Amino acid sequence: MIPSNGDRQVLLEVRNLRKYFPVRKGWGRHGQLKAVDDVSFSIFKGETLGLVGESGCGKTTVGRTIVRLYRPTGGQVLINGTDIAGMTQRQLKPFRRTMQIIFQDPYASLNPRMTVGDIVGEPLDIHGLAKGTARQRMIYDLLESVGLSEEHASRYPHEFSGGQRQRIGIARSLALHPDLIICDEPISALDVSIQAQVINLLDDLQREKGLTYLFIAHDLSMVQHISHRIGVMYLGCLVEVAGSRRLYHKPLHPYTQALLSAIPIPDPDASAQSRRIILEGDVPTPIDPPPGCPFCSRCPYVMDICRKERPPMLESEPDHFVACHLVNGPAAAGEPGSAS
Amino acid sequence: MPNMEAEFDRSLFQPLNEEQKERNLMVRPSLTYWQDAWQRFRRHKPALIAMLVLLLIFLGAIFIPAISRYDYDQQIRTARNQFPSWEHLFGTDKLGRDLFIRVVYGARISLSIGFVASLINLTIGVLYGGISGYIGGRVDNIMMRIVDVLYSIPLLLYVILLKVVFQDYIDEAFKNTALASLKSLGPELILIYVVLGSVYWVGMARMVRGQVLSIKNNEYVLAARASGASGPRIILRHLVPNAIGQIIVTVTMSIPSAIFTESFLSFIGIGVSAPMASWGSLASDAYKGLASYPYLLLFPALAISVTVLAFNIMGDGLRDALDPRMRR
Repeated sequence: MIPSNGDRQVLLEVRNLRKYFPVRKGWGRHGQLKAVDDVSFSIFKGETLGLVGESGCGKTTVGRTIVRLYRPTGGQVLINGTDIAGMTQRQLKPFRRTMQIIFQDPYASLNPRMTVGDIVGEPLDIHGLAKGTARQRMIYDLLESVGLSEEHASRYPHEFSGGQRQRIGIARSLALHPDLIICDEPISALDVSIQAQVINLLDDLQREKGLTYLFIAHDLSMVQHISHRIGVMYLGCLVEVAGSRRLYHKPLHPYTQALLSAIPIPDPDASAQSRRIILEGDVPTPIDPPPGCPFCSRCPYVMDICRKERPPMLESEPDHFVACHLVNGPAAAGEPGSAS
Repeated sequence: MPNMEAEFDRSLFQPLNEEQKERNLMVRPSLTYWQDAWQRFRRHKPALIAMLVLLLIFLGAIFIPAISRYDYDQQIRTARNQFPSWEHLFGTDKLGRDLFIRVVYGARISLSIGFVASLINLTIGVLYGGISGYIGGRVDNIMMRIVDVLYSIPLLLYVILLKVVFQDYIDEAFKNTALASLKSLGPELILIYVVLGSVYWVGMARMVRGQVLSIKNNEYVLAARASGASGPRIILRHLVPNAIGQIIVTVTMSIPSAIFTESFLSFIGIGVSAPMASWGSLASDAYKGLASYPYLLLFPALAISVTVLAFNIMGDGLRDALDPRMRR
C-alpha cells in the first residue's frame, strides 16, 4: 500500500539534521565526530522508509536523534509540522506518544528484573494511561497483537527466545499507539528463520494500525522487501533516496551502485555474470572530515569539484534524490553506471 | 529456481490431540530474581552455615544481656582471674568481671559498627555513586576526584586528627544534648562511627558508579527514556534493581572490614572507653596478662575471627548467588 503521489501526507520531516559527538584526541585537544552531518528527508504517513549503509555510517544515530535520545547539534525534526529538535524533556513528553523505537539487541532491550507485563506496561504507567484491570487488559491485548499470550505477562525476559523477546519489544513500542516507529535493525540479531516472522509481524501491524516505519538495517535484500522508499547513508550523510524498486534497478550514486553490487545472488549462474564493484581503501574517519563529498576518497569517478564542494541533495529524476556532482553537476555528461 | 519441496511421507505427520498440546506448554515455574538467587545460595553450604552463625551471634547480642546474671561492668570480688567454668563460661578478668557477658557486649559494639557501616554505604555510597554515574561528564569527574582524595587518607592518621579536632565538641555534645543517653558507649565510639561514616562509603560509591555507567547505556534504559521516563524513575526502576546484587555483596564484604577496623582502633586505645567492652579492647586488656591467662585473649580473638570469617564466607556465597554471570 504505497501511498499514491496525490494524497501523501508528511508525518516526519527531518531538515539538515546534525549530530556531532565531542571526542578527545589526547591532552586537551578536542575533535568532533560527525555522526550525522546535514541529513534531510521526509517520511509519508503509512509508508516504510528504509535506511541502509555500512556499520558506523550514522544510521542508528539518525534514528536515536529523531526520538530525541540524543540532542541534535543542529537542524530540525518536524513531527506533523512541529519541530521537536530543541524541546526540553518536559515539552517532549506528549510527542513521545507519537513515536517509538524498537532496538536491535533483544537481549539488551528488556530489563531483566522486570516481568514482561511490567515491561510492556511501563509506557502506560509513565503517561498515566491506564491503571489496575484496564492496564492488565491493555497489556494482554498488546501481547496478543504480537503473537504472545496472557500467561507470558508474569514471566521474565530470560525465559524467552530472541524472536519472542523482539516481539515483546514490539509490544512495548505499540503501547502508546504511536504513528511512527523507528525500527533500529530489529532483525539483525535474530536467526534467519525468525527474521521472516518478525518482518511479517511488522508488515501485518503496519497494515492493521496504519503505522509508519523508519526501518534501519544493513541487510539490503530485507530492506528492499519491507520498504517503500530507501535512503542510503555514507559517513553521516544521506547520498541517495528513491523508491525501493527504482533504487535497486537504477541506482545513480556511485556508492549505492557499489553497495548494491555486494548483495549476494542466490543463483550461481547469475552471480557469475554480475560485476561486483570493489571500492578501494576504507571508510575514512568521521572525526573532523575534510570538506567536499564524503565519498570522494573512494569514488571511482572522483572529480576536482568533489574534493572542494559538498554536493547538494537534488531531485535529479522524479522522486529520486541524489547528492552527487557527477549526476547533478554540469559535468554530468553520462550516467556513472555506463562510464566504464 | 530449483524445486525446494522435498518429497515426504504424509503418514508420518499427524495433528496433535489436546492432551499432547498441553504437554508442549512451558511447565517450568516462573522464578523471580530473588527466588532464583535463594536457590543458588542454598546450594552453597559454607555460606549457609556462615549465615546461621551470624544469626546466632546477632540474636545472642540482642537477648543474652537481658537474661544474664551478670552485667558487663559488674565486679565480683570473690571471683578474679577465674578459669572458664559453668559459673563463668569464658572465665573472669582481673577485676572479677564475667568475660562471657563482656564478649556479648563486644558483639553488640561490633554489630552496631557493621550496621552503621552498611547504613552509610547504602545511603551515601549508593546515592553518591548513582548520581555521579547517571549525570556523568564534569559532575562525575569532580565527584570522583573527591572520592580519590578521601581514599588516599590513611585511616589511622585520619582518626587521630579527628579526635584532636573534634574531641571537645563531642564531649560538649555528650553533656548537653540527647546524645547524653548514649554516654555508656563513650565519646570515642561515637568518633569511630563518625570516622567510618565519613570514609567507608567511598568503595561503594565507586562500585555503584561503575555499575550505573555500564547499565545506563543499555537499550532497556534507552527504551524507557524514549517512552518519556523521568530520571528518578530510571534510577529506581532500572538502574538500582540491576545493581542491587552487587550492592548487597559490597555491603556484606564491607562489614567485616569495619568490624576489624573498630577492633584494631580499640586495641590501640582509641576505641570504646572503659568499662564498656569491645572485642578489640578486651583483646588489648588480655594481651598484658597473656602468659598467665591466655583464655582472656582467646575468646575475644575467637569472636573477632569467627564473625569476620562468617561475613566473608557469606559475602562470597551471596556474590555467587546474586551475580547472574555465575548462573549455571
